[in-house]
Amino acid sequence: MAVEEKRAWIMIVVTVLAYGAYLTVVLGRSGSVPLADQPYAAALLWSVGAAIVASIALHIVVSLISPEDGKVKDQRDREIHRFGEHIGQSFIAIGAVAGMFLAMVEADQFWIANVICLGFVLSALLASMAKIASYRLGFHPW
Amino acid sequence: MRPTRVTNSIRALRFANGEMTQAELARRIGVTRQTVIAIEQGRYSPSLEKAFEIARVFQVPLDSVFQYTVTEGDDS
Repeated sequence: MAVEEKRAWIMIVVTVLAYGAYLTVVLGRSGSVPLADQPYAAALLWSVGAAIVASIALHIVVSLISPEDGKVKDQRDREIHRFGEHIGQSFIAIGAVAGMFLAMVEADQFWIANVICLGFVLSALLASMAKIASYRLGFHPW
Repeated sequence: MRPTRVTNSIRALRFANGEMTQAELARRIGVTRQTVIAIEQGRYSPSLEKAFEIARVFQVPLDSVFQYTVTEGDDS
């Protein structure tokens, strides 16, 4: 498996686990209090921080156990990486525009922060899935 | 992504050239073995420069390595 495909799989696993844990913590607290009044900032920062640390650790582990051939990037890897990131950018823009719209209508900070966060999560997932699909199904940049 | 109409004869050329391994071809054109496998299987269209490098390794013209197949009824 190519190094960039392994990175894409790591990104999917880490993103799903970190965002899943964040949602579990925030939604688990909601009782009679409205969701927008729940404390979320600490859980959000911890989940992002843990995702970054886990991602770095997994990259190191995968690099150590991979054969030498599986550590080198070439033209195809760079092209697929650019393609995947380009696809994923759309959700960053959608998240930012949604956040801007919510700010304009003076929505609660909870919703602004969470819609932007969701944009980043969907961007990471879409970019990674586009990369994996390119490796598995084919990539013809011409 | 649309499938490519470009086919190739890399596998046959490797065997005609002393059963050259995919790893050896990859080393000579400066890509990973996974990329050679993807090119052979038609899952990746290399750049024009890499295509020329592959033809140069086998010492054949470019169209002996890559072929553009247009079937009856195709308009482009």
